[in-house]
Amino acid sequence: MIPLTYYLVISAVLFAMGVLGVLIRRNPLIIFMSVELMLNAANLAFVAFTRAFNVLNGQIFVFFVMTVSAAEVAVGLALIVVIFRTKHSIDVDLMSALKG
Amino acid sequence: MLLSEVSNTGFFHLVPLIVFFPVIGLLINIIFGGLMKEKVIGWLASAASGLAFVVSVLLAVALSGAHGEAQVIPFAEWIRIGTLNIPWNFRVDTLSVTMMLVVSGVGTLIHIYAIGYMHEDVRFKDDPGRFRRFFVFLNLFIAMMMILVSGDSYLMLFVGWEGVGLCSFLLIGFWYDKDTLGRPSFANAEAAKKAFVVNRIGDFGFILAALTMFWAFGSLQFGDVFGKAAEVAHAMPGVVIAITLFMLIGVTGKSAQIPLFVWLPDAMAGPTPVSALIHAATMVTAGVYLVARSAPLYTLVPQAQYIVALVGAVTALFAATIAVGQYDIKKVLAYSTISQLGFMVAAVGMGAFVAGMFHLVMHAFFKALLFLSAGSVILGLERGHHHLSHHEGHPSTTLRAGSEHEGKHEDAEPVEAFDPGDMRNMGGLRKQMPVTFWLYLIGTLALAGIFPLAGFWSKDEILADAQLHYPLVFILLTIAAFFTAFYMGRQIWMVFFGKARHDAAAHAEESKPIITVPLMVLAGLSILGGALNLPYLHTFTNWLGHTLGGEGAAAAEGAAHTVEAAPWYVLGGLNLAVAGLSTLLALVAIYLSWLIYGRKPLAAGQKDPLKKALGFIFTGMERKWFVDEIYWAAFVNRYVDLARFLADVIDGRFWHDWFHDKVLAGTYNWLSRIALDKVIDTRGIDAFFNGLGELTKRASASLRRLQNGFVRSYALAVLFGVVVILGYLLMK
Amino acid sequence: MDFTLILFIVLAVVAVLTAIGLLVSRSAVYAALFLVLNFATVAVFYLLLGAPFIAMAQVTVYAGAIMVLFLFVIMLLGAEKLPKGQVMPWQRPLAIALTVVLLAEAGFLLFQRLSITTALSNPEAALNTEGAVQAIGAMLFSQYLLPFEVTSVLLLVAMIGAIVLTKKEKGESV
Repeated sequence: MIPLTYYLVISAVLFAMGVLGVLIRRNPLIIFMSVELMLNAANLAFVAFTRAFNVLNGQIFVFFVMTVSAAEVAVGLALIVVIFRTKHSIDVDLMSALKG
Repeated sequence: MLLSEVSNTGFFHLVPLIVFFPVIGLLINIIFGGLMKEKVIGWLASAASGLAFVVSVLLAVALSGAHGEAQVIPFAEWIRIGTLNIPWNFRVDTLSVTMMLVVSGVGTLIHIYAIGYMHEDVRFKDDPGRFRRFFVFLNLFIAMMMILVSGDSYLMLFVGWEGVGLCSFLLIGFWYDKDTLGRPSFANAEAAKKAFVVNRIGDFGFILAALTMFWAFGSLQFGDVFGKAAEVAHAMPGVVIAITLFMLIGVTGKSAQIPLFVWLPDAMAGPTPVSALIHAATMVTAGVYLVARSAPLYTLVPQAQYIVALVGAVTALFAATIAVGQYDIKKVLAYSTISQLGFMVAAVGMGAFVAGMFHLVMHAFFKALLFLSAGSVILGLERGHHHLSHHEGHPSTTLRAGSEHEGKHEDAEPVEAFDPGDMRNMGGLRKQMPVTFWLYLIGTLALAGIFPLAGFWSKDEILADAQLHYPLVFILLTIAAFFTAFYMGRQIWMVFFGKARHDAAAHAEESKPIITVPLMVLAGLSILGGALNLPYLHTFTNWLGHTLGGEGAAAAEGAAHTVEAAPWYVLGGLNLAVAGLSTLLALVAIYLSWLIYGRKPLAAGQKDPLKKALGFIFTGMERKWFVDEIYWAAFVNRYVDLARFLADVIDGRFWHDWFHDKVLAGTYNWLSRIALDKVIDTRGIDAFFNGLGELTKRASASLRRLQNGFVRSYALAVLFGVVVILGYLLMK
Repeated sequence: MDFTLILFIVLAVVAVLTAIGLLVSRSAVYAALFLVLNFATVAVFYLLLGAPFIAMAQVTVYAGAIMVLFLFVIMLLGAEKLPKGQVMPWQRPLAIALTVVLLAEAGFLLFQRLSITTALSNPEAALNTEGAVQAIGAMLFSQYLLPFEVTSVLLLVAMIGAIVLTKKEKGESV
């Protein structure tokens, strides 16, 4: 009998890790991966609540989240590849053309 | 008469026409005068004046039908403020009708005379366009004089009083920019100004009288004032004395008595018809009329009466002495007018109102005659001068024995400096201008008081009354009468007898009938005028008695109706002793003048024989006893000094230079420059707004650093926002 | 002590450690592998929570497809170790601080504001049968049919997008 709060704490911690990863790392791939981590944390919370309320809607939503994140990764990685082609480097700090 | 059967009250309502006929005349002349010929303008103006005369006659007839009862014809409401009510009413009584007849009658004759006179004068002065203006002003004068004599209150009288003062100014200064010979000069304007200013001093006296009267009586209407006169005099005698003496100041101004007579001799600068009408016959008599009208007031204050009589008598003698030493033909007549006015003022001052009015009417006739004849003489000389310079091609010169001027030519100057009014240029005009000579002679004899001409009757009435109650006045007036005859004789001998002393006089021509015919009418009146108030008949006394009541009649009658039996030499009011004395003195005076001026006529350039005989006295007479010089030194220059002081020192240096420039402007400049500009504007307001700009710049510079283009920092910002919002939501 | 609790704690520790590993690895490949491990752990969580289908989907899609894709791209782009960053030295501490605040807020929310006392029971054996998957399928095709179909379009779009983006222009290298 694991309390629901345990799962939610884990979810929060993983989410925080993901946020930190997005902010600190300079490799766009790592940043992307951190985003996936965040999504996962959210999924975990969803499924935990599904179990708590005994409905299946949470799981359906997780299904969709996964689908969308797959699509997103595909496109995102394609973008990174394209950027690499022009910049020949994947340092995020170099992409500061919006500096004003 | 058919007229007397007509309803008399109907005629009284015609009275406003005496004012409005001349007004219509002048309006037509102003508006349409530019399109009309000279003759039309002149005759139109004369017709306006003539119609006023006709109305005056009708009023006289109606009045006699109404047994001389005074009629008050209301005309218009003028001032109505609270309890103060001063309407414009016309008063038709024997006194005002007398004045109306004189003004319009003599006025019409002078209008006709002026047609001919001005026709020549504007050509002599080379400005024909000014003809119309003269007749406009003349009609205006008649209108104003009519307002004066027909008013029913002191205020209406004053309106006319001021109006005639204005017309006098306008007419004296008619040739405001030319002198007698047409050369540019402002002497006439100066004379007009002097007349106006001196008159104003008199008007001030009149205003004081009117205000005091209003304060004491509560009204200015004749009826109200005279009705309450007795009780006010009983309660506050000082007030009535004050009123009458203030009025005397007005009289000395308008009627040219001491001390305000100085304007009249200068007023001769105006054209001769003006001198005749205004300064002999009518305007100057307004003062006499005023005193006669105020008879109920004057008879209550014998002290004031005595002062008035004395002023008149002294003036009469003073002016007569000056007339002896004058050389200008019109100046002699001017001083003569002042002297005769002195007679009139003395008469009404003594309470002999009828005598004064009688002399007023007679004087109007023969003084107008004399002035107009003098005008005719002047025109004759101007004609002669014109004749010479244009036909003979060389300028006329004075015929001096010594001939240093013979053959001397002026440089192409058409007008030589010669005065056509100077008696020293005249002489022998009896032959050149016979009609004028006879007319002038009639006028002279009338003025001198020779039986049976008009002046004899009127002057002797005055002397008779003076002799009864006021011995000092009698002596002064008698001596003045002596001088009167003397200077008039002197004038006759100098002008008409002997040999011409100037080329112009030698070639003088007689005047046209349009000039001489009105003179003949006046001469006829001068001869027959005495019939107005003959002894035993006393037509005029009775006529005026309706208005002036018992006082005028009693004084005029003299001793005839008093308790004592009349002395043997008083016949029906005529005092033979006095009459005989004055006639004798007049004849002696004329004989004296013949001895000096007639037996050995003056030659050209010769000095007046009296100069050697009387020395400095004659110089005094010649220089009018230095009155003008004294006035200038004592009053005018002191006033100019005061004005200059006020203007230069107080207004200029103190007020403008110091107060305005240093204090006000300086303070303001200091304030705006130092206080506001340097301190407040620069350091305060500028700093504030510049500071705002600086602040914005710095804020934006620092905020700009947020946009560093790094994705990570943008993400951080997002997280920051999330944290804040989450925190806020948690805190709620 | 409950078996599931111990399992849970172990799994939780592993999950956190792998997450930290993802954060700090210099090499991208190591980071990817750490993430795979994380996904596996989460899959077991799902099993613990009685969601067999999701657990399988997690392993299959996330760990199997997505991470493999990541690894492909890492290889493609060269997993070079990026030099130490010079810009914005203040950013790292601030980020850590904010994250800690975020965590604190989450904790505050969980423990102070929300009073959750639910305890989740262990998964019954009955849950891990095909009956569970059937239920999901039934719901998916009835209640959530439209999103399901839209998702298919979405995937199509993503595919096309990826292809279009990375299409080589004529004359371009790489």
